[in-house]
Amino acid sequence: MKYLDEYRDAATARRYARLIARRVTRPWTIMEVCGGQTHSILRHGLDRLLPGGVTLVHGPGCPVCVTPVALIDRAVELARRPGVVLCSFGDMLRVPGSRGDLFSARAGGGDVRVVYAPLDAVALAERMPDREVVFFAVGFETTAPANAVAVARAAELALSNFSLLVAQVLVPPAMEAILASPGNRVQGFLAPGHVIAVTGVEAYETLASRWKVPIVVTGFEPLDLLQGIAMVLRQLEEGRAQVENPYARAVRSGGNPDALALLARVFEVVPRSWRGIGEIPRSGLGLGPAFRAFDAERKFALTGTGAAEDAACMAGSVLRGIAKPPECAVFGTRCTPEHPLGAPMVSAEGSCAAYWRYRRPGVGVGA
Amino acid sequence: MAHGGGGRLMRNLIEKMFMAAFRNPLLEGRHDGAVFPSPGSRLATTTDAFVVRPLFFPGGSIGTLAVDGTVNDLAMCGARPVCLSAAFILEEGLPMETLWKVVASMAEAAREAGVAIVTGDTKVVERGKGDGVYIATAGVGVLDHAGDIGPRSVRPGDAVLLSGDVGRHGMAVLGARESLGFESSIESDCAPLWPAVDALLRGGVEVHCLRDLTRGGLASAAAEIASDADCGIRLVERAIPVREDVAGACELLGLDPFYVANEGRFIAFVPEASRFTALAALRSVGVSADAVEIGTVSAGPRGLVVLESAVGSERVLDLLSGEQLPRIC
Repeated sequence: MKYLDEYRDAATARRYARLIARRVTRPWTIMEVCGGQTHSILRHGLDRLLPGGVTLVHGPGCPVCVTPVALIDRAVELARRPGVVLCSFGDMLRVPGSRGDLFSARAGGGDVRVVYAPLDAVALAERMPDREVVFFAVGFETTAPANAVAVARAAELALSNFSLLVAQVLVPPAMEAILASPGNRVQGFLAPGHVIAVTGVEAYETLASRWKVPIVVTGFEPLDLLQGIAMVLRQLEEGRAQVENPYARAVRSGGNPDALALLARVFEVVPRSWRGIGEIPRSGLGLGPAFRAFDAERKFALTGTGAAEDAACMAGSVLRGIAKPPECAVFGTRCTPEHPLGAPMVSAEGSCAAYWRYRRPGVGVGA
Repeated sequence: MAHGGGGRLMRNLIEKMFMAAFRNPLLEGRHDGAVFPSPGSRLATTTDAFVVRPLFFPGGSIGTLAVDGTVNDLAMCGARPVCLSAAFILEEGLPMETLWKVVASMAEAAREAGVAIVTGDTKVVERGKGDGVYIATAGVGVLDHAGDIGPRSVRPGDAVLLSGDVGRHGMAVLGARESLGFESSIESDCAPLWPAVDALLRGGVEVHCLRDLTRGGLASAAAEIASDADCGIRLVERAIPVREDVAGACELLGLDPFYVANEGRFIAFVPEASRFTALAALRSVGVSADAVEIGTVSAGPRGLVVLESAVGSERVLDLLSGEQLPRIC
């Protein structure tokens, strides 16, 4: 398939693996930021093509994983209210808050609907003027423009029954929080290509020079990832710390100016709490002054405050790249996708779920 | 619709719609059940319930599924489907023409599968208590051979054959759901599988196990068999056909085509020595014309399916804990 098969070619993958093996002279630890990249790495077994000294740790780029329990509780609370239709992307439905998940809210009679595009929720609000339609706006800079379009459209239509429960987060502040944390072991980043397609590379250049860390804009296919890894390793071996963009087929260094203009109009930068990591200043988006009427948290008096996580769960360390999922004492024992203790196990994009799904002891060793 | 009371309206519905569409000698008996001679020494029976939304999708409907789903479960036992029962749970307010379209598609599917729908039941539930139509079918099939087809017959060394490309049915249904706002021309692969199984058996292949790749797709079917047969299964990603439009739609929605449902696909476990005979037999029949070999059974790792990935590494194919959900980004 065009744009798919050519990025999954086994012979080219082996050539990259040999190139990397020749290039590496000492151990390095690299973080891929995005959950989609983590899944691709484990699904295709890319980490096993690398020399032993190269360690990939998995970043916080799973929007489902980092959405705080309090916000999930508020979504569940809203979904249980009569007259409210709560719309969400599919993979939020299974994530447990402290008082159940959205699936159980639906089973209990709440009107919870899976939509693929936020504009579908706006259309729903138009069709059902007697109901309050709330869209659970979760995600990174990739989903933010579509959510901004939805709010702008609702404003244009003067819809008073549409609102957003905003859980929008930003990648660069999270990378900075990881670099600043005392236990940090990350020496180079594979930056999320799709996020940078929206934002451009500027914030990453600041990070690279401030923290002396190489950052390579990377895609999601096996060869994109191997190329990204090879380029980070080359910078590390050569002592360079720059932003490089080999993912030019999708990413312009200036990002998408139209999307950025829309984001600036609809949203403002706010502090956000990240599940497993804690509050990070200026790390999220909230609705700006002109669009506050569409803020579900202001519109409905919501009380969800979240609850303490299971003490045995290492999600916080996993999300910061300090530990890998199998190092957690409860991984695969008390914590499985059927009974997840932390969000990285429950989300399809989560790194614990990826290890559980694609790995077993003794499979693929030496492959 | 006020046809639930068991009175004249119900009788009208049965006469005018069900009897007319499914007409056959056993049904003409107009009794509470059907009595039929047993032509073979071993019989197979199975039952299934169908609740798909939307009722109609490219390549089929809840009616075609209700027939093919059950005849295919019989075929996977190595049984030639003979007859079906059908129970309808109808939601009050369902347009009669919708029901007629469902019934007509069932009659057509039954003709294609060579089975008779010989007995049935109808209930009507209040508006809001159902999704238009639910159908439950049960089937009886005859085994014309002496083989023991099932997971316990699977042996290390067996070849794993796949009857064609995977992922079409699930993506066709997903594409037909307007709430996803996702349009495609992908048609369901919904089809009766008995002709393919019949070809294998007639070809003299000692079939060890058959499994249709319905909910949970290829990956779940293989994982179940590895677990039930207590052996390992190795599959080769490159050998598994996925149509380009299906692969593209899956990529877009973040779904793995190996976990997407099929309604006209199955895997067959046959001795390594007869794999070419088996492939030739499968390819002689329309529904499995594109059959391929996708892997082998090994002694271990027991209970696990290992997929040799396209880039030459390995991963596990395991049962998912729930349904696949479209991802966020």
